[in-house]
Amino acid sequence: MAGSEVKAVSRRRFLGEVTRTACGVALLGLGVGLYARSAASLPAEAIRPPGALDEEKFLGACIRCGLCVRDCPFDTLRLAELGEQVANGSPYFIAREIPCEMCPDIPCVKACPTGALDHELTNIDDARMGLAVVVDQENCIAFQGLRCEVCFNICPVRGKAITLELRHNLRSGKHALFIPEVHADACTGCGKCEKACILEEAAIKVLPLHLARGKLGKHYRLGWEEKRQAGGSLVAPDREHQYNLPEGMRYDYEGRGLIIDEAAPASPYADDPLETLKRGQEGL
Amino acid sequence: MRAGQYAGHDAVVSKGWWAAHKWLLLRRVSQLGILGLFLLGPWFGVWIVEGSLASSLTLEWLPLTDPYLLLQMLLSGGRPMQVAWIGAAIVVVFYLLVGGRAYCAWVCPVNIITDAAAWLNRRLGFKSTANFSRSTRYWILALTLLLALLTGSLAWELVNPVSSVYRALVFGIGSAWLLLVALFLFDAFVSRRGWCGHLCPVGAFYSLLGKASVVRISAVARARCNDCMDCFEVCPEPQVIRPALKGEASGAGPLILSPNCTNCGRCIDVCSKDVFRIDTRFNNSTNNQFLHKTEVAP
Repeated sequence: MAGSEVKAVSRRRFLGEVTRTACGVALLGLGVGLYARSAASLPAEAIRPPGALDEEKFLGACIRCGLCVRDCPFDTLRLAELGEQVANGSPYFIAREIPCEMCPDIPCVKACPTGALDHELTNIDDARMGLAVVVDQENCIAFQGLRCEVCFNICPVRGKAITLELRHNLRSGKHALFIPEVHADACTGCGKCEKACILEEAAIKVLPLHLARGKLGKHYRLGWEEKRQAGGSLVAPDREHQYNLPEGMRYDYEGRGLIIDEAAPASPYADDPLETLKRGQEGL
Repeated sequence: MRAGQYAGHDAVVSKGWWAAHKWLLLRRVSQLGILGLFLLGPWFGVWIVEGSLASSLTLEWLPLTDPYLLLQMLLSGGRPMQVAWIGAAIVVVFYLLVGGRAYCAWVCPVNIITDAAAWLNRRLGFKSTANFSRSTRYWILALTLLLALLTGSLAWELVNPVSSVYRALVFGIGSAWLLLVALFLFDAFVSRRGWCGHLCPVGAFYSLLGKASVVRISAVARARCNDCMDCFEVCPEPQVIRPALKGEASGAGPLILSPNCTNCGRCIDVCSKDVFRIDTRFNNSTNNQFLHKTEVAP
């Protein structure tokens, strides 16, 4: 086809071809755009590496090179493949399979060439990959009164991210429940607790922060916090309440409750509570 | 090409099989060698190169970053680190010199698939295949950049077969082999050279990058051309040859100046008359060496 013939391509044909191509490409764009929106919703069990920007920014900053995956010494990270629910080529890990070992030098972050993993993160304890949540109190055996504490013991920030809260065991009446409680100010979301959970399906799971955390309304104030910050109560102290009580009785509103000044009437209970208990046993 | 003969037959007869496949073999060595370097680490623990074609680190000091991905990242609002800028700058300078689409011919692994598909298509003698405009790739390129801007994410990377396949090869192939099969079938039976020559936005980006590249193919001995058409038959972008090979009458120089030439050198291989050679753009010696002829789509 010589040059002169090229010029002979009619305007009609040219416009037709341009329109055809533009429409085809626009349709393609629509498809990819919609796919991109659906791919932006990360499944809850997929955890981003430490230092990862907010998911929305992360997807714009991660060029899917895999350098973080390569530099992870524990093969924790993997790259999403085509067809997975995680955006194609982006790094993530599943805590229940291989959790983050929280290397002090954070090689994955160092390897990231684009800053999708924030290089400001230099202390791994500051990482917030997610938040561990005791999602199933009905199956966590600590709530049954059994000793487990595996999640507490394996936690890399032991004693800070997960503490054991002792509670009275109402079932046995004489034992304690050792309830694991996660504290968001220390939990890095590494997932070691989820990995270590002895249940068939973990009762403690690392969830992305936006799922794991509640949010108090902006107008909400905690009175005692405000009082502490201000160095004193912000509201005028209540007038002392006037109680109309029978003779010889007072009411102490600061905690002691109803006070009877007269000698107490004979109680059905012995002075020594053990005696009371023993009496109960005998009655059985 | 005469009936019953494959393209390059004459060259094999006159130059011998090895000389008639020199550039093709060099290219395969380059493509597989680069892929091999990436695989040495994960397969054998020899970490010469880490990462993938998107961004890599060689010997722990040489960063290389795909400028096309960096551009998408910038449009989506990301702020790359210095090392990414340096890596991209090295890549840009390299392809400014050797020709942007040398990436397609010498590095991209998809090329092996589409070359195989084109070979099969030729052997089967499929003449008419689905017809896209060769400029579709620029539309798709623009689309990918627009998507990055609109979605704030690297949306094209969700579906981009080139990076998906490479990543899959380096990081363990999963469902990506389906993409390879799809690309092969598309190029073999739907549209010859359909992907690399008409649609791929990566190739389109690199073609723009190499618009003014120094290394060029030259039809330096075009007077010897015997019109056997073998070069047109094997060339992945045959429209780029004609202005250089047949442009003498209109005063065009012998250099192939189209940015879509992949510098694959296959035309050099199959020409029994040694018409072509690798040259530089400063060597466009005719009377009208500054006359650039626009590319003609066949």
